[in-house]
Amino acid sequence: MAALPPYATTGERVWWYSFRVICGLIFFFLIAPIMVIIPLSFNASDFFTFTPEMLAFDAEGYSLKHYEDFFTDDDWQAALWNSVTIAPMATLISVSLGTLAAIGLSQSHIPFRGAIMAILISPMIVPLILTATAMYFFYSRPFGFSDLSIQGTYWSVVLAHAALGVPFVIITVTATLVGFDRSLTRAAASMGADPVTTFFRVQMPLIVPGVISGGLFAFITSFDEVVVVLFMGSAEQRTLPWQMFTGLREQISPTILAVATILVAISIALLTTVELLRRRSERLRGMSPG
Amino acid sequence: MSPTDATAEGIALPTREQQAAQADNVDSRGRLLAADGTPLKASLKRALRREKMRAFMLVVPLLAFIMITFIAPIGQMLTRSVENEIVPTTIPATIAALADYDASTGEAPDDPVFEALFFEMFLAAELKEHTKLGTRLNYETQGMSSLFRGAGREMDDFGEPYQEFLEDEISDDWDTAAYWTTLMTTKEGGTPATALTDAVRARIEAMTEDSLVAEMPIEVRREMADLLPRTAIAYTEFLLATVNVEEDDPLEEEPWEAVHAALAVDLADPAIRAEAQTYSGAGAELLNRAAGRADEMPPLDFKAKFLDDDEDWVDPEIWGTLQQYSGMQTAGYYLAAVDRAYSPTGDIVDADVPIYLTLFWRTLLLSVTITGTCLLLGYPIAWLLSNLPTRTSNLLLILVLLPFWTSLLVRTSAWIVLLQQQGVINDILVWIGLVGDDNRLAMMFNETGTVVAMTHILLPFMILPLYSVMKTIPPSYLRAAKSLGATNSTAFWRVYFPQTVPGIGAGAILVFILAIGYYITPELVGGTSGIFISNRIAYHISTSLNWGLAAALGSLLLVAVLVLYWLYDKIVGIDNVKLG
Repeated sequence: MAALPPYATTGERVWWYSFRVICGLIFFFLIAPIMVIIPLSFNASDFFTFTPEMLAFDAEGYSLKHYEDFFTDDDWQAALWNSVTIAPMATLISVSLGTLAAIGLSQSHIPFRGAIMAILISPMIVPLILTATAMYFFYSRPFGFSDLSIQGTYWSVVLAHAALGVPFVIITVTATLVGFDRSLTRAAASMGADPVTTFFRVQMPLIVPGVISGGLFAFITSFDEVVVVLFMGSAEQRTLPWQMFTGLREQISPTILAVATILVAISIALLTTVELLRRRSERLRGMSPG
Repeated sequence: MSPTDATAEGIALPTREQQAAQADNVDSRGRLLAADGTPLKASLKRALRREKMRAFMLVVPLLAFIMITFIAPIGQMLTRSVENEIVPTTIPATIAALADYDASTGEAPDDPVFEALFFEMFLAAELKEHTKLGTRLNYETQGMSSLFRGAGREMDDFGEPYQEFLEDEISDDWDTAAYWTTLMTTKEGGTPATALTDAVRARIEAMTEDSLVAEMPIEVRREMADLLPRTAIAYTEFLLATVNVEEDDPLEEEPWEAVHAALAVDLADPAIRAEAQTYSGAGAELLNRAAGRADEMPPLDFKAKFLDDDEDWVDPEIWGTLQQYSGMQTAGYYLAAVDRAYSPTGDIVDADVPIYLTLFWRTLLLSVTITGTCLLLGYPIAWLLSNLPTRTSNLLLILVLLPFWTSLLVRTSAWIVLLQQQGVINDILVWIGLVGDDNRLAMMFNETGTVVAMTHILLPFMILPLYSVMKTIPPSYLRAAKSLGATNSTAFWRVYFPQTVPGIGAGAILVFILAIGYYITPELVGGTSGIFISNRIAYHISTSLNWGLAAALGSLLLVAVLVLYWLYDKIVGIDNVKLG
């Protein structure tokens, strides 16, 4: 599809252009909904749609008041604080355990590899509503002992989110390890490095892009997760998505759009980081020219 | 003489044993040895095993973590779908008495059933467990919740006539903690009825799902457990509940009315009455007198008392339901999940209002629709991306990845902004003049909203696997097909399309798996006609509190997802899941 050859017939030309228009429309479908909330978040009135002033590009129609609302409202600030304290801890757990496991899984001698992979990936596959309710019941009475209940605490949400982030870490890190040259660790070992030194000085620096992108996936999974928080979290553990969800269901306020815009900005930053890391890793392994 | 023979006899080749003797790295049986003297084969095997072990040890922490925080909860929840312990633990004797009852006769059961129910309901009401039982049974037969709750309030009144008789006609002491403890317990010495206490303790623990730990200051005497069996049970229940649950001093609390009623039941038995009249232990005098006048006791007509309270107790449906749900496990929730139910006589009948099969069917239909639209929109995009120069395609790929990375709630709120009646799309349509201001399109709170928003949310999951498959198909194949005379469409359908089938499979199954269990988006934009089975599960978890039914619906959904997961593993391989 590189370019239209000079000998193309009229029909082919029509098809070529209409195909591009169709693709353009699909891209529009993908991106427009996300873009449309950005200008709306600067709406000066409390509507969820464009006001005549906004369409006339009148400065009166725009304001930062919804952002101000977000940064001054106690509920939103508490939610923001919960989100930024829960996600990093969940990420830390899933990345540290996940990276170790991915290294183990990438070795050729590991027994029951298929079954283990299936179990470790399952948190991504099982419908979230089942995960959420199962964890709610379990953390209220772990193994049937209500004395051990951690239901509604910070740690219950962290553990749940860590489990949900694990599949992403496993997938990205094993993918990075596919291109890892095992003779490097053997070389390190033959020169007297113990396994721990080999891991931190030789293997880790090479797989670090995969680990970071896995970590970012785990982070965004936790940061964006709402179903588990909805069912498990108590009033103290409400996160940004929780606040948005209840906001959308009960009292729709354009503050949600301001929050959404901030979240889009965060996603763009994360996406850029992951893309740069992926390209760097592929360049290091000589797998891609770009 | 053949050359072979010459070799064999003339020049003797060294045998394996001789070889072994010459080289020190071979043992007497000719096996190669490692440097430490063990056979090489075993040594290699051990090294391999050690390596396996080491690889496995790296996986163990995460595996244990997932097992405990994820697999165990799911397993525990699934057991709820068959769990029915509340009925047999709360009213075991009633169920035992009901064993021979036949609901199809249309009659209520006989007095022994009501007598057992009275004592068990009394204890349950004191422990505040009777409403839970009523709620549980209400899922099966409407009205049982209020029936049990109402009866719970009446239990004291049912036992009161016996207490009043003992108090008014025999002695005021029958209403004091002091006399009862003297008569029944080890307060003034005697052997405790340990077996009885343990049995009652186990029953209360099962009912309250809690362990009774408080130290018992007094226990029922074995002598009394033998003489007045029913009274001893009721009094032990009173003791344990008072000390452990109500945390009062049994030496100060006057016993429940149920204990007086139990004494009346015991004394109605001529054999017990005769023994009680000649009893000579602690507190003998009052018991002898009560036994002597047992004929004058108020009648033991528990059935009449229950019917007097609420005539619904005569309804055989109530008793049939109790009989059907008397086991520790039940298939009832699964029947309810497929719109069936047990009739009071134990047959499986259709539910009055079919809900769940329709909902499963709709979930399936909407998921297929969403998968279809994703494929329809994703295929051209993936094709375009894989046929453009790398630099351009990487740039366009960002347009696919940005929605993928954007918060689910951001995307859902964006669709609410776009689709609602006063939303952007309707505004534009009105502005163009396609629709009138007074008949704006209803694109939200119905199937349309769910399908459009979820297609947008899941589209990247279709494009990415398709793209990674299409990238590996050399464009020369299409050119070759055309140069051999194929038309555009033949070349596409016969040469290109078959090679993209693995990508279609991967994308379609992934999108379908994710769609079938979706909760958030249908909840926010689906209204009533665009919701999925997940939303119904959530409703039963947080609103109707019918957790058993939620677990049954959930396990059916889980089975569907696991089958698809298995299929995905067979077709694509879990290792080949790609994220961006």
